[in-house]
Amino acid sequence: MTAPLDVEPSALSADPDAVTNAESSKAVEGRSLKQIAWMRLKRDKVALGGAVVIVLLILIAVFAPLIVKALGHPPNDFHEDLLDPTLLTPKHKYGGINGSYLLGVEPVNGRDIFSRIVYGARISLLTAFLATVLSVTIGTVLGITAGFFGGWVDGLISRTMDILLAFPLLVFAISIGTVIQTANGAVLGLSGTSLSVATLIFIIGFFNWPYIGRIVRGQTLSLREKEFVDAARSLGASNGHIIFKQLLPNLAAPVLVYSTLIIPSNILFEAALSFLGVGVRRPTPSWGSMLSDAVATYSIDPIFMIVPGVALLITVMAFNLLGDGLRDALDPRAGR
Amino acid sequence: MTATAPDAAAALAGGSQPLLQVEGLQKYFPVNRGIIFQKQVGAVKAVDGLSFNVNKGETLGVVGETGCGKSTMGRLLTRLLEPSGGSIRFDGRDITHLSRAGMRPLRKDIQIIFQDPYSSLNPRHTIGTIVGAPFRLQKVQTDSGVKKAVQDLLALVGLNPEHYNRYPHEFSGGQRQRIGIARALALRPKMIVCDEPVSALDVSIQAQVINLLDDLQDEFDLTYVFIAHDLSVVRHISDRVAVMYLGKIVEIGDRISLYEHPMHPYTHALLSAVPVPDPVKESKRERILLTGDVPSPLNPPPACRFHTRCWKAQAICKQVEPPLVQIQPGHEVACHFPEERVLV
Ligand SMILES: Nc1ncnc2c1ncn2[C@@H]1O[C@H](COP(=O)(O)OP(=O)(O)O)[C@@H](O)[C@H]1O
Ligand code: SF4
Ligand SMILES: [Mg+2]
Repeated sequence: MTAPLDVEPSALSADPDAVTNAESSKAVEGRSLKQIAWMRLKRDKVALGGAVVIVLLILIAVFAPLIVKALGHPPNDFHEDLLDPTLLTPKHKYGGINGSYLLGVEPVNGRDIFSRIVYGARISLLTAFLATVLSVTIGTVLGITAGFFGGWVDGLISRTMDILLAFPLLVFAISIGTVIQTANGAVLGLSGTSLSVATLIFIIGFFNWPYIGRIVRGQTLSLREKEFVDAARSLGASNGHIIFKQLLPNLAAPVLVYSTLIIPSNILFEAALSFLGVGVRRPTPSWGSMLSDAVATYSIDPIFMIVPGVALLITVMAFNLLGDGLRDALDPRAGR
Repeated sequence: MTATAPDAAAALAGGSQPLLQVEGLQKYFPVNRGIIFQKQVGAVKAVDGLSFNVNKGETLGVVGETGCGKSTMGRLLTRLLEPSGGSIRFDGRDITHLSRAGMRPLRKDIQIIFQDPYSSLNPRHTIGTIVGAPFRLQKVQTDSGVKKAVQDLLALVGLNPEHYNRYPHEFSGGQRQRIGIARALALRPKMIVCDEPVSALDVSIQAQVINLLDDLQDEFDLTYVFIAHDLSVVRHISDRVAVMYLGKIVEIGDRISLYEHPMHPYTHALLSAVPVPDPVKESKRERILLTGDVPSPLNPPPACRFHTRCWKAQAICKQVEPPLVQIQPGHEVACHFPEERVLV
C-alpha cells in the first residue's frame, strides 16, 4: 500500500506555483489593500463626486470670512430696507436674490442668507466632525478593549453600550441644551456660542460611540481568532504589539467607512437640535435654526426654507455617497 | 515512557533524551453562562490525557478526524494555550506553566505552522514584515540586516526574494504556506509543530509543500510534530504516528508497524479510507465506513470513547476504559480487542 503522496522529490524544483517567473518580477512593489481600494474608489464616479463636494464644503467652512467679504455681507447685519414694511418679507422676487445678495435675504431682519449659509457650514461641519472624532475615539478604544480582553471587561462595556443605545437621546439632549441655552455664566471657561457648540459636540459624540464600539468589538472578536494573531504570539509578541500592529491596521477600514457614514447623521442631529432651539445659540448662524426660522413664513417666502434645506441635503448626500463608495472599495469580498 | 528527572536529563544530554516529553496532557475549555458574573456550566474536554515523546530530529505524525483536539494539542505544545493538566518538557525543561515572559526566549526554539494559509498571514502586512517579524519580536541581530535575512529565507522556501514588498493576497495558497514556513524557520527553531499545513491546499501542491518540509528537516536538523486528518498525508514524512480520537491517543507506533500492522479499529477505519495506487488492489480494498459524527467532547462517551462507532464494541467497552498498552516494541494500542487486520 503506497500513499498517493509519494511523489518524486524533483517535484520541488519543478513547482510552477512557487518559483515565480522572471517577467513578473519586474513589478516587485506589491499593491497594498489600501492602494487597491484607492484604485477602485477612483473608478467610482459617484463616490468621487461626493468627495469633491465634501472638499468644497470644507474649503467654504475654512475660508468663510474671506468668502463672505468677497461675495456677501456680514452675517449678522440687518438690512431692513430690503424688506416689505408690512409683511416683513423680502421686497423683491425670489426671496430677494440678486447680484449682491446671492441667496436672498431673511424675512423680519433682512440678514444675508448666503453669508449665513457659509458660516452655517462651519458650525455644521465642525460639530459633526468633532462629535465623530469623539465617538470614534471612545468607540474604538472601548470596542477593542471589550473584544480583545473579553470576560467581565467585555460584559461591562457591552452592557454600557446597550444602556446608552437604549437612552432617550433626543429628550436628554433637549433638556441639557435648554439648561445650557439659559446658562449665563461660563462652564469650564466656555460661554455663549462656544459653550453651546461644545455641549452639542459632547452630547452627539458621547451618545454615538456605542455604534462604533459594537462594530469594532465584533471585528476584534473575529480578528482575535485569526491565526496571524497566534503566529505573533508564538513569536513572543506582547498584547500591545498585537493590538497596535496586528489588529488596528485591520480595523482602520471599517472604522473609516463607519465614520463617513455617521458624519451625515451627526449633521442632521445638530440641525434637529438647532431647529428645536436647543442647539447653537443665536445669532450664530446654523442651518437648523435657519430652517426653524423659515417655518413662520414658508408660504410667502419659500426661498428662505429651500436654501438651508438644500444645503443640508447636498451635504448629507455627499457624505453618504462617499461612505457607500468607501465601503464598496474597502470590501475584501468584492472582486479585484 | 518515563519522565526523566532534570539531573538525569543533564547526564543524558546529547544522548537519547527526547526533545519533547508529554505526560498526561489535558485541556478543558470551560463553558460559561452569565452576563457579567459568569459561572461554569461544563467543559469541553478537547485534549484529555496525552502522553508521548518526540526525539530530536524525528517526525511524529498525529492523525485524527476534525474536532479530535489535534490543533488544541499543537497550541498546548507551543504554549499558545495553558494546559489544564499534565506536563510538557521541552529539551529537559518543564514548560507546562511557564509565564508569557518565561516562555519568550524559548519561542525561538519552538515554532508553529498553521493550517489556514489565508488567516495565518496578516493581510495588512507585506511579506517582508511578516517574515521579518521573528527577528524584530525576538530582537535578534542579523549579520546584514533583516531585509537580507528575509530574502534568504524566501529563497530557501522557493519564493522569489524580490517579492519582499508584496502583500499576502498576491500569492497563491501554496505560496502563502511557504511564507508561513519561512516565518517559522526564521529563528532556526529546534522543533516545529505543523498543524495540518497542507490540508487547505490542492492535492498537487500538497506533495510539494511536504517535500519542502522534508528537505528543510534534513538541512536544519528539525524535529516535527506533524498534524493531519488523513493517514496518507503523514505516511511519507513521519517516523512515528499517533492516532487521536476525542482528545486521546488510541494508537501510537513506528511508521512501518502502524501502517502495516494496525491494531485499533479506529486506525483500521482511517487506513481503509486511504486509496491504493495499484488498481487491482484498489478494487479489492476493504472499506470501513464510520457511521455518525465524532461525539461532542463536551460530553464524551464513557470508557472507550470510540464505542459508539465501533463495530467490535462489547459490554466491557462501555464500562472500562482501555489503557494504552504496548503490544509490540514501539507500538501501543488502547483497545480491549486489538487485532491486526489486513486491509488489502
Ligand atoms: N478556544 C476554545 N474554546 C472552546 N472549545 C474549543 C476551543 N478550541 C477548540 N475547542 C473545541 O475543542 C475540540 C477540539 O478542537 P481542535 O483542537 O480544533 O480539533 P482538531 O484540530 O482536531 O480539528 C472541538 O470540539 C472544539 O470545538
Ligand atoms: S475498546 Fe471496544 S469499543 Fe473501544 S475500540 Fe476497542 S473494541 Fe472498539
Ligand atoms: Mg485543527
